[in-house]
Amino acid sequence: MTTAIAALPRKRVSLPRVVKSEWIKFWSLRSTYITLGIAALLLIGFGLLASSLYGDGSDPGGPPGNEPTDPIGASFTGTNFALLAFGALGVLFTAGEYSTGMIRSSMAAVPKRLPVLWAKVAVFATVVFVVALAASAVVFTAGQALIGDGGASWSDPGVARAVVGTAGLLTGSGLLGLGLGALLRSTPGAITTLFGVMFLLAMVAALLVPESWSDVVQYLPSEAGDAFTAVTQADDSLSPMAGLAVFGGYIAATLGAAAWRIKRSDV
Amino acid sequence: MIEVHDLTKRYGDKTAVDGLSFHVKPGIVTGFLGPNGSGKSTTMRMILGLDRPTSGTATVNGRPYAEHPDPMFQAGALLDAKAVHTGRTAYHHLLALAATTGVPKSRVHEVIDIVGLHEVARKRVGGFSLGMGQRLGIASALLGDPEVVILDEPTNGLDPEGVLWIRNLMRGLAEQGRTVFVSSHLMSEMALTAEHLIVIGKGRLIADVSVSGFIESASNESVRVRSPHANALHDLLAGPGTTVLSIDRGLFEVTGLSAEEIGDRAAGAGIPVHELTVIRPSLEEAFMELTKDAVEYQSTEIGASR
Repeated sequence: MTTAIAALPRKRVSLPRVVKSEWIKFWSLRSTYITLGIAALLLIGFGLLASSLYGDGSDPGGPPGNEPTDPIGASFTGTNFALLAFGALGVLFTAGEYSTGMIRSSMAAVPKRLPVLWAKVAVFATVVFVVALAASAVVFTAGQALIGDGGASWSDPGVARAVVGTAGLLTGSGLLGLGLGALLRSTPGAITTLFGVMFLLAMVAALLVPESWSDVVQYLPSEAGDAFTAVTQADDSLSPMAGLAVFGGYIAATLGAAAWRIKRSDV
Repeated sequence: MIEVHDLTKRYGDKTAVDGLSFHVKPGIVTGFLGPNGSGKSTTMRMILGLDRPTSGTATVNGRPYAEHPDPMFQAGALLDAKAVHTGRTAYHHLLALAATTGVPKSRVHEVIDIVGLHEVARKRVGGFSLGMGQRLGIASALLGDPEVVILDEPTNGLDPEGVLWIRNLMRGLAEQGRTVFVSSHLMSEMALTAEHLIVIGKGRLIADVSVSGFIESASNESVRVRSPHANALHDLLAGPGTTVLSIDRGLFEVTGLSAEEIGDRAAGAGIPVHELTVIRPSLEEAFMELTKDAVEYQSTEIGASR
């Protein structure tokens, strides 16, 4: 029985080891591959579809809202769909541990608790940023090729920022989902909240917020995200750097709240 | 070594664990007994730092579990078999836990073999039976080859062969000098495995005794006596502190005197005795007697409340 075991070297729990553990956890679930695949597919699929329908200026036909003014935007039509999929992946990475009970094993192994959250953030951000960046680059390159003459090229101003920014927005939304999952400990609750924050809030604000308050709207997460991904800045939008800072602020606040709950509450 | 001192846990105005203090010593199996809802699991969760005590302390090898830099080597626990992501394979579940503290892959394979899950280690846990889930939980408890092993109702869902295996495993771990703390609501199970007992009810300590001590203290031993001269013997035995209960003609039960004393007195008076049997209530009866005031969910007989 256990007597046969040579003395096990006693190693401490450390952040790099917890990161390795989370890496194993992340890649040992089928849902990871499925959700990552769907997210990339949504970004690329919708981008290519919009690009192929993008008019070249001489032909005014084509779907409304897709007037040939923003070829780069057309490539990133799928951003909002991919955003939800990456967000759901983030939610599953944390809330999934609570719904299955895995969290008790995780926290018994790492009773200081917070390294688990930081390791999840590190693993998730790395993987999702790489996948999202690759998908953005693919959809931009292929999309512009489909558009042809009217299309943009990598050397155009703001293009690199739009590609990297989109990857950053998708990663950030995923982290928002990850934080909400740890904070709310419920998969449906966190996904609904994420959807509300990223989509409904801006719509509700547009309907309800009085004109004199319109400055507030640009600080909403979705608007701040638009600010650092769009090539052409809207008039009532934050600057790209300010947008990035505001969006990062939301992520930091959500993760901070999640950390507080993880540290304080019973598992 | 587990030391629990004045441990209390309240949820709102409900007190789950109420000023509990006890020590669990290495080298023996210590049973943790109590009816359902008596606070056993909550206590174990507080020992492992999963639940925060309202007041009091629980330490493992001299320190709160969470303050050990190498917790998995200090204590391993099976708290419930469902603390696993159902979408992951048993192997990857253990591998991920092992990685947090640098336990090598070879040890993961070792514990899989110890618990006999070799055949299904690459299958997803969602399809496991309760018994297989328990074995996986025990595998994770043993990963760090810990000094303290905490098992919450480990025999749940196991077949008789599995129950026997657990018993031997626990005894083997104790013989190696480890602290083995195992909860159960079955006294009979504990009597076979444990050497020491900690009994709680409604979150309070009821008994902290050796198993043999518990059996002695809890059981009101009586002696069944059969004699053709029952009446004469009856008069001979009656006295303060002794009760004699007639059961049948020539048959009665005596409490308060040992079989030796009864036999000696009968011999002294020249009264023949045909039977002298020591009767002990079953351990389960003794346990229920001890905890009857502390049962959280008392069942009433159907119709009794009418």
